[in-house]
Amino acid sequence: MGRVVLVTGVARDLGARLASTLCDDPAIDKVVGIDVFPPQHDLGRVKFVRADIRTPVVGKVLAVEDIDTVVHMNVAAPERGLAGRGAAKELNVIGTMQLLAACQAAPAVDKLVLQSSTAVYGSSPRDPAMFTESMAARGGVRSGFPKDAVEVEGYVRGLGRRRPDIVLSILRVGDVLSPYISSPFGQYFSLPVLPSVLGYDPRLQFVHEEDVLNVLRRATTTDRPGVFNVTGPEVVTLSQAARRLAKPLLRLPSVGFTSAATRLVRAMGARYTVELTRLLTYGRVVDTTALGDDFGYEMRHTTGRTLDEFVELASPGALSALGVHHG
Amino acid sequence: MDDSREHPIVVPIGTRGRPGRGSRSDSPSAAARSLANGAPVPSATAASRSRVRPEQSGSTRRPPTWTAPTPPLTSIDGGAGDRGRGNGGAEESPHPPPGADGTDDIPVGDWIAALLAAAQEVLGEDWEARSAVLVAQLRKRVTGDYEVDPFGLDPQIQEIAMAMLRPMSRTWFRTEIRGAENIPREGGALIVGNHSGTIPLDAAMTMLAVNDHGGRTLRLLGADLVFSLPFVGELARKTGATLACNEDAERLLRRGEVAGVWPEGFKGVGKPYAERYKLQRFGRGGFVSAAMRTGVPIVPVSIVGAEEIYPMVGNIPSLARLLGLPYVPITPLFPLLGPLGLVPLPSKWIIEFGEPIRTDAYEESAADDPMLVFNVTDQVRETIQQTLYSLLVDRGHPFF
Repeated sequence: MGRVVLVTGVARDLGARLASTLCDDPAIDKVVGIDVFPPQHDLGRVKFVRADIRTPVVGKVLAVEDIDTVVHMNVAAPERGLAGRGAAKELNVIGTMQLLAACQAAPAVDKLVLQSSTAVYGSSPRDPAMFTESMAARGGVRSGFPKDAVEVEGYVRGLGRRRPDIVLSILRVGDVLSPYISSPFGQYFSLPVLPSVLGYDPRLQFVHEEDVLNVLRRATTTDRPGVFNVTGPEVVTLSQAARRLAKPLLRLPSVGFTSAATRLVRAMGARYTVELTRLLTYGRVVDTTALGDDFGYEMRHTTGRTLDEFVELASPGALSALGVHHG
Repeated sequence: MDDSREHPIVVPIGTRGRPGRGSRSDSPSAAARSLANGAPVPSATAASRSRVRPEQSGSTRRPPTWTAPTPPLTSIDGGAGDRGRGNGGAEESPHPPPGADGTDDIPVGDWIAALLAAAQEVLGEDWEARSAVLVAQLRKRVTGDYEVDPFGLDPQIQEIAMAMLRPMSRTWFRTEIRGAENIPREGGALIVGNHSGTIPLDAAMTMLAVNDHGGRTLRLLGADLVFSLPFVGELARKTGATLACNEDAERLLRRGEVAGVWPEGFKGVGKPYAERYKLQRFGRGGFVSAAMRTGVPIVPVSIVGAEEIYPMVGNIPSLARLLGLPYVPITPLFPLLGPLGLVPLPSKWIIEFGEPIRTDAYEESAADDPMLVFNVTDQVRETIQQTLYSLLVDRGHPFF
């Protein structure tokens, strides 16, 4: 008998993609998708349940569908059109608490895969060059989405203590950069002019959606307990990324950067994710050797390749006349 | 000119007590003569001058008009009119008037030839290939097609930084490097030095020394303050620095890099001038445990000269607290001359790399033995302190 999987957050791009790929997996009998918003994509054979995971109804879904594997993908930075900051926090933290409570009460559940984020490491000048899974944040997790992510991981570890029989996979996924998946950096790099912080050139990492989906699927279908960083190896600096995109950087002073950038980006007809400010100042790099050694997955796309693929499919930047594009 | 000493007439200002303007006893000074409204010049002077430059007066067969390029002296001999005439006729005049030999119509071919010669001069014999490489590199920079390592080291920026530091090290500080053979040519090593100088130029100079004399890129381990400052942090990362924490140090050393650490930290850089060359506490020995865990040698480096570049005679702690800095220095020049006070004093430097202290003989668990770690820390500290004393004797005067 195959597994019955519940995927939360299927209204988002990544959740919808994972749910539909899981349907094709022979090891899986049924995929149930749950979200408070109607899905934006065709979910195929996924059984969609429109429900709010912040309410106890999620427990009923677990019982009725006889779910044994839960893939929690509903922890994400607020996105345009889906939720504001306050609602996002409710969804991230309260939604996770309700879901975990339901999982603890459902004896059939024996696996939980959490799509966490590398945001749990925060971003600060006191950061080590590369975060491994055992390191804790040194700054930049006191507000916003990073704080949510840290809290969510805390609750999930709490469930692990209370239900040691549940296989827990916590996947700290980096910043997804893809023309097909809406993400904070995807929106940022689509701007004609990139606001950046004067005097800082952060090191960044991006992950290809294909790698994220492969890792999530492998964690769902096989037992891979533990915490793993999932992001493209190697780094690019922001200035390098801007050059590859052939887009000009607009250096703004770090004092009042968030408000200035918010206004500027709004003037360009987009929305600025305030969580980007710290990343654009101090950057963040994580170590993905554990993913290769312990989890057993070799990333197919480095940060550079992910960026190049994004550049190829994105509209050419204003400075593209300056140099011949590579890749 | 021996004659001018015999006939002390044309001696410029600053003659160190020899007869000069206003100090003569037997004849009136130049100033006095000009007050006397063009009094005749003693004939002995003219004669002596024609004796000084016999080839000139011989070739032109002109009366000994003054053609030397020292302007203050011309008034003695009578005037601008004379000089103009002399200039017009003299072939040896060093600065012909503009347009005199037609600067405007140099043929294009000559321009090209000059440019080619200049390119050859700057880039060497294979200038064509090298300029092609340069253009290709520039294009790669513009399109972002270059590699940055996980710590943020940008090799090209690092090279440029080294090239900018080189003249400073050679001509300004006249740095002498000793014991360069102690820099390991391959594999990981931890270079540990004494810190001083208000602004940590000693780290930059050691980096250059390791780069030039050891052929290695020194990866600096800096305080978190460095990475929170705009521009400074960016430049530090691009030249290969990273945060001074055990995780980063061990990661670098395991990769086989040469890391540099200054365990005194701000206590060393920001100490008053009166305490120069007295080593402060060597941190908490974290550098020793990092070296022990990775089994790399510790190379002690003693730097003499950095203490004098910005002698710190005072501190403004209240302003420092306000700005979130460890200190706001007062040096003899700093707030007084404004930005000009930021020019380091040209002290003479000696950088000596000591014999490596091996740590691979210890077990990896030795890093968790605080007693042993403290002992090795003290050993490194004592080595550097003793070397500093002997280098100070060797150097002599700090500036000359």
